[in-house]
Amino acid sequence: MRKYISFFRLRFSTGLQYRSAALAGIVTQFIWGAMEILVFRAFYKADASAFPMELHALSSYIWMQQAFLALYMTWFLENEIFDSIKNGNISYELCRPINIYNMWFVRSVANRLSRAVLRCMPILIFASFLPAPFGLSLPKDLNSFLWFLITMLLGFLVVVAFCMLIYIVTFFTISPQGVRMVAVSMIELFAGSVIPLPFLPDGIRQVFELLPFASMQNVPLRIYSSDIAGKVIYTSAGLQLFWLITLILVGKMLTNKALKKVEIQGG
Amino acid sequence: MIKVDHISKTFKVAKRNAGFSEAVKALFNKQYEYVKALDDISFTINEGEMVGYIGPNGAGKSSTIKILSGILTPDCGSCDINGRTPWINRVKHVKDIGVVFGQRSQLWWDVPVIDSFELLRDIYNVPQIKYKDNLEELVTLLNLEEIIKTPTRQLSLGQRMRCEIPASLLHNPKILFLDEPTIGLDAVSKIAVRNFILDINKRHKTTVILTTHDMQDIEAMTNRIILIGKGKILMDGTLSDMKKVAAVDASIDEAVVELYKQYEI
Amino acid sequence: MRVYSRYFSIHFKSVMQYKTSFLLTTIGQFLVSFNVFLGIYFMFMRFNKVEGFTYSEVLLCFSIVLMSYSFAECFGRGFDTFSSIISNGEFDRIMVRPRGEILQVLGSKIEFTRIGRILQALVMFIYGISQSNVSWNFDKILTIIFMIVGGTVLFTGIFIIYAALCFFTIEGLEFMNIFTDGAREYGKYPISIYGKRVLQICTFIVPFALIQYYPLLFLIDRNRNRWNMFLPLVACIFIIPCYKLWKIGIKHYKSTGS
Repeated sequence: MRKYISFFRLRFSTGLQYRSAALAGIVTQFIWGAMEILVFRAFYKADASAFPMELHALSSYIWMQQAFLALYMTWFLENEIFDSIKNGNISYELCRPINIYNMWFVRSVANRLSRAVLRCMPILIFASFLPAPFGLSLPKDLNSFLWFLITMLLGFLVVVAFCMLIYIVTFFTISPQGVRMVAVSMIELFAGSVIPLPFLPDGIRQVFELLPFASMQNVPLRIYSSDIAGKVIYTSAGLQLFWLITLILVGKMLTNKALKKVEIQGG
Repeated sequence: MIKVDHISKTFKVAKRNAGFSEAVKALFNKQYEYVKALDDISFTINEGEMVGYIGPNGAGKSSTIKILSGILTPDCGSCDINGRTPWINRVKHVKDIGVVFGQRSQLWWDVPVIDSFELLRDIYNVPQIKYKDNLEELVTLLNLEEIIKTPTRQLSLGQRMRCEIPASLLHNPKILFLDEPTIGLDAVSKIAVRNFILDINKRHKTTVILTTHDMQDIEAMTNRIILIGKGKILMDGTLSDMKKVAAVDASIDEAVVELYKQYEI
Repeated sequence: MRVYSRYFSIHFKSVMQYKTSFLLTTIGQFLVSFNVFLGIYFMFMRFNKVEGFTYSEVLLCFSIVLMSYSFAECFGRGFDTFSSIISNGEFDRIMVRPRGEILQVLGSKIEFTRIGRILQALVMFIYGISQSNVSWNFDKILTIIFMIVGGTVLFTGIFIIYAALCFFTIEGLEFMNIFTDGAREYGKYPISIYGKRVLQICTFIVPFALIQYYPLLFLIDRNRNRWNMFLPLVACIFIIPCYKLWKIGIKHYKSTGS
């Protein structure tokens, strides 16, 4: 365990070094969020009755999404890992007495956390000072806030576990770049980062909500904005837990298979 | 002729310390330091001369080469290369020079070497007749007939280097800068490269400035050595001058070590 | 021009060395903006109009922006990935060659896989046209061409700004995403839906509206003033300050060498 912690610290502090990058990221995400809300405002003005969420809930959804972008974006992948698979450096990593799946997992967690930690606060503070339906509002009660925290953690881990699969699939395909691009862009839609899932038409939405991608940002962000409330919270969190375990198991299984392949080919 | 007069150059670099708490500190307060890369450098190199430019890592070798090739503007001092100041009229100046960076390739990775040569011909606007002559000469000197039809990525390091140097000579430069041209090469390729450079120097009176850590390169190719350390020129003379200063009668490598010790670099 | 066509043929030959990978990546590019399209599609299943624009009009707008962006990305990729050209020393190589830096950077990368995205934009464009009832005439065809040309120039200019800033810093440039990816993403809707303020910024500071909103109004007959047709060409003036900034960047590079 200690080696993973020190590995985590190393990654985390390298992430912190990029100060101006963080500042630029904050500005970018703030503007990005503002534009997103302006789009929805325009649709709200066009036909408020067709709007499936409260406008203020939507605003909170988007601000939280921007603030914690680094935790939930599946396209935020590490090129170092891809490179080490492609150029065979992975055989060095295999020589170390470390479980490669766990190491990559810890590494991704640390990378994403260090980015999010630097960026979330300013965005959250700015956004909460914005005027009423466009700003970030507080959750309805303490209970939904607690559940927000729990599901946020679960969602984050689901994202990392899923990204692990993307890395591992690189072993088995000839065009990792192509696969990655398509996968990542479709997931954005499934996860609710193109438009929040409530905006999807009935039928499609119910199917999407069962997929692992809905267990990423969708659940915590909607619990925060009270769009998910009551008993649905428990089933959503349960589903997250189910997907987290499944993804990790599949990931570990595939890793073993991939490593056998590396050993046979000699890296 | 190359005439360098009292050139100095200072860089500002960000300090970055290791460690977790340092990283957090640097988040709020970044510190810079000033590094004097070149400190009052002067020398003259005549046409057709071959000069070895040596010194430990970070001594200022590559800064000098960058200034001479027009990439970098110095803080003060002047430089005259065939009547031109390199950093003032870059495009005109670089027509007359060739540069080989030993560690980086200028050949396109996925296409046969000859395609890269043709692109370079167009970039340098070399007339077709002259290009043909040059190519023929270079190909025969280095035995490249087969190699230039192969994509660069399939070449060994030695074969590649045997193509890199001619690539910088297609436009008949008057001055050739070689930055570690023999790094990582096996003995056969090393000697081929050395002989080729000597040959070119003899045939075309090309001025060659060579930076290297391999003292055998120096011994085989150059007469004159300029030693630089901490941004200053410490010695400018022949090989035997150098051995004299070092006051050891040993191999050239040991003489260099002794010199570095004497100058505390 | 001859040099550029030589670059072009080298890149083409290189790509042909990896046919399968090229094909798959191109298909990937074709599918990649699909999520944005689906986003629009699903939104319009709920809403009929936004700011008076219908589904097909929005689609037209999106496809034109996407197309010009993809053209700029295909040819100006060298600027888009300029930080790596600086960090791996490739720029020193460019500096020791007797040609303009812009030409050499343009030649350093040509991303043929973007054909995938251009195709996708084309498909949506045709779909948009078939759904809309634009009354076509010569002026309107010209308008479309101007929009694509103007958009390509504008996006290339933004890539050049990005590259010029790389001379000064390489870590703080994420904000440029607002103008590259952001402009592509948010360019899917006519700019007026973002409100007056944003429209003003995109008219006078970074002229996105000149290649998108105003000529679109002309295209769908909401504004019949023929001046709108030529506004994308006015937007091309934007390239001048970009070029100036690039020159300043080179000067800085020559004095710091980093």
